[in-house]
Amino acid sequence: MNENAGTFDPLDRRLMLATQAGLPLVPRPYDELAKTLGIDADEVIARLQAMLDTGRIRRIGAVPNHYAIGYKANGMSVWDVADESVDAFGERIGALEFVTHCYRRPRKLPEWPYNLFAMVHAPTREEAREKVEIIAALLGDACRARDILFSTAILKKTGLRISG
Amino acid sequence: MPEANKASGIPPSLDSLDRKIIAGLQGGFPLCERPFAAAAATLGLGEDGEEILLRRLCAMLQAGILTRFGPMFQIERIGGAFVLAAMRVPEERWEEIVASVNALSEVAHNYRRDHEFNLWFVLATETPQGIAAAIEHIEAETGLPVYPFPKEREYFVEMKLEARL
Repeated sequence: MNENAGTFDPLDRRLMLATQAGLPLVPRPYDELAKTLGIDADEVIARLQAMLDTGRIRRIGAVPNHYAIGYKANGMSVWDVADESVDAFGERIGALEFVTHCYRRPRKLPEWPYNLFAMVHAPTREEAREKVEIIAALLGDACRARDILFSTAILKKTGLRISG
Repeated sequence: MPEANKASGIPPSLDSLDRKIIAGLQGGFPLCERPFAAAAATLGLGEDGEEILLRRLCAMLQAGILTRFGPMFQIERIGGAFVLAAMRVPEERWEEIVASVNALSEVAHNYRRDHEFNLWFVLATETPQGIAAAIEHIEAETGLPVYPFPKEREYFVEMKLEARL
């Protein structure tokens, strides 16, 4: 899992610290970062590219607030699916166009019987529920129990923050 | 409880240009000397595209339409960990407990959900040990159990949200 553990280059780490809250919104952001870090802009670019290539950076771009762009209903659908078939279903559910995250997670019995989590974003709860029914239809008898948890407030959304 | 944070108060003021930027710039931001100019050209923003794009991004960040603009790090590839966790918070202690959970820098996101498990947050730490430490800290501070839901497997999804306003 963590084959990269302990191999995080100190300069990459400083670059992460300098960009985790966002890129400078100036015409030459990499030059500005280079100045801050005391290196060349070419090196900033090369290091960001290398981190993208190795998956240390997932993507570079805009992170929208789902509520603000019209997806008011954020439903975490949760499912109890037999261990032997959960992965096959998970792959199919993750491929649905309205599913934004899909994970297998441990159950917490007896309070929490669900092992498959699929996040659904939609303009309204009604539309989210319709989409969740598509997942239910796909699972059929494989679904032993289900629920949907709608978010009613974003209490924090800063994203990852490591400290220098 | 309010329906959402400051973002819910935003009138549907996104125009077609904002929508185009949100749809087109969730990833793939260029790595070159003038990336905003390059991105603006790709989006077809015209002659003053660089300036227009920068102005729009600033405005959308300020309004809370975008929460961030920059690299999204995958902390697990750098030796760290991301873990979803939940709590069952009694209504009378809601404000106090949200404040103490949010005070931790390790808490990257936090949502209220309408369920007996009503508080759902994501812990992000530079080391796997940091997760256990953060959970212990929250449990000690609140006296309530924290239920961690580490991902056992991630199924492939693509970024596919477009602005719907």
